[in-house]
Amino acid sequence: MKRIVVGAHYGLKDWIAQRVTALVMAVFTILMIAAIAGGATSSAEAWRGFMSHGAIRIASFLFAVSLFYHAWIGIRDIWMDYVKPAGLRLALHVLTALALIGYAGWTLQILWRL
Amino acid sequence: MPEMTKPRPKFLTLYQIRLPLAGFVSILHRISGAGLFLLLPLLIYTLQASLDPQPAGVAAFQAIKGNFFFQLFLFGLCWAYLHHFCAGIRYLLLDVHVGIEKAGSHKSAMIVMLVSLSLTALIALKFMGVM
Repeated sequence: MKRIVVGAHYGLKDWIAQRVTALVMAVFTILMIAAIAGGATSSAEAWRGFMSHGAIRIASFLFAVSLFYHAWIGIRDIWMDYVKPAGLRLALHVLTALALIGYAGWTLQILWRL
Repeated sequence: MPEMTKPRPKFLTLYQIRLPLAGFVSILHRISGAGLFLLLPLLIYTLQASLDPQPAGVAAFQAIKGNFFFQLFLFGLCWAYLHHFCAGIRYLLLDVHVGIEKAGSHKSAMIVMLVSLSLTALIALKFMGVM
């Protein structure tokens, strides 16, 4: 099999990861809808109080990590489908990964500054 | 296997391809995902502003929330999340072999379109104070 440097690792790992991260995000989404229905966004103070709760902070962080990993696999698949030159594809992969790692740091800072 | 090497007919004239509804849901899943990825900085910024004890973001939101184009953008964003969510659930069900027959697949694609569009409409109506 001909393998290129920016290939898909040819395995089940990403396929599984895409589904596990999707489930984590789906559960968190339902949780947030329930929280909003229960008044978590009724005022700015209520919202800050809700988000600074220890368990919610961990859940938000797990959601964020799942989101960024999920986005990495999804966006990487888009580049692999439409961008054929290996050099350009590698550059786009690197930019995507750097952006997502940066977003993860930013989100962590927002959640733990509360 | 000889059928692996047989040249396949290719028809890639995008504007002439008639997609079945499931194919339409699929490409919208990709487009909504790409859109959500591109808007991530804005979404994280919004989270930051919403949790900021200084109410600077509130005034900015109050000033812009009646704007037609802002609302169109906001509801588009809601639709993108909802479509990606519903189509994703559909794929998880297909993974466990629920609805893989032609009729079931078409039906679930229809449900994805209807649920994501009606929930978006509900959110829009609620936001505009109609409900």
